[in-house]
Amino acid sequence: MRYDDPWYDALASGWGESDGSGVPAPVPAQQAGEERGVAAADVYLEVQRSAAFQEVRSRYRRFVVPGVAVFLTWYVGYVVTATTAPGLMARPVAGALNVAMLAGLGQFLTTFLLAWAYARHARLRRDRAALELRWDTQELTRSVRGGAL
Amino acid sequence: MTGHHQTLALLLFSAFVAVTLAITTWVSRNRHGSAEEFYAGGRLFSPLENGFAIAGDYMSAASFLGVTGLIALFGYDGLLYVVGFLVAWLLVLFLVAELVRNCGRFTLADVVAARMSERPVRIAAGTSSVTVSVLYLVAQMVGAGSLVALLLGRTSEAAQAWTVIGVGALMVIYVSLGGMRATTWIQIVKAVLLLGGTIALTVLVVLRFHGDVDRLLLTAAERSGHGDAFLAPGLKYGGSWTARFDFISLGLALVLGTAGLPHILSRFYTVPTARAARRSVLWSIGLIGGFYLMTIILGFGAAAIVGPEAVRGSNAAGNTAVPLLALDLGGGADSTGGTVLFAIVAAVAFATILAVVAGITLASSASVAHDLYASLRRRRTEPRSEVAVARVASVGIGVVAIGLGLLARDLNVAFLVGLAFAVAASANLPVLMYSLFWRGFTTRGAVWAVYGGLVPALGLVVLSPVVSGSPESLFPGVDFQYFPLQNPGLVSIPLGFLAGWLGTVTSAEVPDEAKHAETEVRSLTGAGAV
Repeated sequence: MRYDDPWYDALASGWGESDGSGVPAPVPAQQAGEERGVAAADVYLEVQRSAAFQEVRSRYRRFVVPGVAVFLTWYVGYVVTATTAPGLMARPVAGALNVAMLAGLGQFLTTFLLAWAYARHARLRRDRAALELRWDTQELTRSVRGGAL
Repeated sequence: MTGHHQTLALLLFSAFVAVTLAITTWVSRNRHGSAEEFYAGGRLFSPLENGFAIAGDYMSAASFLGVTGLIALFGYDGLLYVVGFLVAWLLVLFLVAELVRNCGRFTLADVVAARMSERPVRIAAGTSSVTVSVLYLVAQMVGAGSLVALLLGRTSEAAQAWTVIGVGALMVIYVSLGGMRATTWIQIVKAVLLLGGTIALTVLVVLRFHGDVDRLLLTAAERSGHGDAFLAPGLKYGGSWTARFDFISLGLALVLGTAGLPHILSRFYTVPTARAARRSVLWSIGLIGGFYLMTIILGFGAAAIVGPEAVRGSNAAGNTAVPLLALDLGGGADSTGGTVLFAIVAAVAFATILAVVAGITLASSASVAHDLYASLRRRRTEPRSEVAVARVASVGIGVVAIGLGLLARDLNVAFLVGLAFAVAASANLPVLMYSLFWRGFTTRGAVWAVYGGLVPALGLVVLSPVVSGSPESLFPGVDFQYFPLQNPGLVSIPLGFLAGWLGTVTSAEVPDEAKHAETEVRSLTGAGAV
């Protein structure tokens, strides 16, 4: 994809070089002093609009939004059922185990599972792209500020 | 309970105090006095260390003694607490830990103020953080006073008062001299001690029933006198609809409040990256989950081995269930084993309170110095002088907590903890969520979100049966009770979110796109994170 935009080119110049093997191409520094602050803000806007960032953000949201919806519904449902329908919760299953015990242990189990799934998703689908974006963004803000940082 | 328990418990506890003071002096010897060092411990803790420290911050005496007591007395209804305490961590892991680590420096207000007009937002977020911390602190101080009385058998008011003062003095020393680095190591030591003690007791309980947990539960149900009802919800929160709504309110506060507790948020700044913050939360979820599973065994074990009558006879709220269980597991009141186990449990409980109290004091002194002092004094303060203010603030907060702890001596500890969670969920969570995820959020929205949650939460408590209108309330003589629930969360949490939305849509301010872009990019990538 192409952006007719100087920042995109600067962004692309640092692409895939985050392991430190290459020196990022210098970006032409802004001349006027008061333009520097504005330009630094533009960096974030530009990164936010870049396809790479949108991808990281949507990967994060696609996992987190359903995840939060699922565990909050499951937890609130559990608390409401426990307080409004104790009869259902008291139904025996096996030995001392009843529905309430199973639901409580189920809350523990789903918490562990969701935490593991989140960490795995973040490690495999997000971390690398986010790290590359981080270096590129920092590289850009640094060059915009004229290497002052 | 004989004098042997007390002497041994005192010796063990003195050893803990000596070790923690040694840590503090060792740490403060080569400190640099920078804000980075004082608030965030240099940001170089490993995920494993921080995971233990988070667990240490979170596993308070309220859960070790209070929740096990509730399970021993009311069976399943005590277990409902534990589930809320644990599930809350998913919210922290998914929405808070990494993003807050990426966006902020030391406090909650850092995250919010980055997008807004700094001064009013900082004052609002700082005020609510200090309020939450002080409430939580008072709960721990009250707990410390009554625990000492219970465990050491000194029930005189003077002994309780001196305990509260002693705990306050120790926490001020830890925090003002050692900062975050000493506090973190104290949390780690305490977490290891608490987990070790809990594991030992759990193994002994399970061994007593030859590994048959099913029989443990059935024996507990049988001895409780409630039969199968002991293993199902309803014994404590079953009665009136007020009690049921009260529980739903508490459940909401527990699950949403953790993500707004200042001393938990400040822990994410002690690791170098967001990835490390995530991994430390994973560690802490494992540790906290394991701990709470064991407290369930201990609670039912106390019901099965000690029996609810004996537990209630020692302390009506059930706070002594675990010490009594330890005494029994060790071989009875006059045996060496019983004495040793009882003393260990008592010492671990003190260590727990002391460490939690230090963590909260540090977080609230950071809010005072970094948010309130820095914004109320217009001039830019140097980081070094800010740390000096934070040290003084920790002394001030210690004095306030000691004073309130002495005043509130008769308040229920679990209620105070629930209240702190409710205020955190009402005042801190909405503003944090909106500023991380809502593009159109404005300064007015942020300020309204904080006060719109804080004021109703506190106001509803004043109008609740806790303060007036019933024989157990703080002022039993007068009646200005207009709100039926003890926990305000069910009403005040939605109000906090509503106020933030209302403030945003009514403000003339145009939200700053670039600032939002900066927050979003920084929170998800870590660009520009310190």
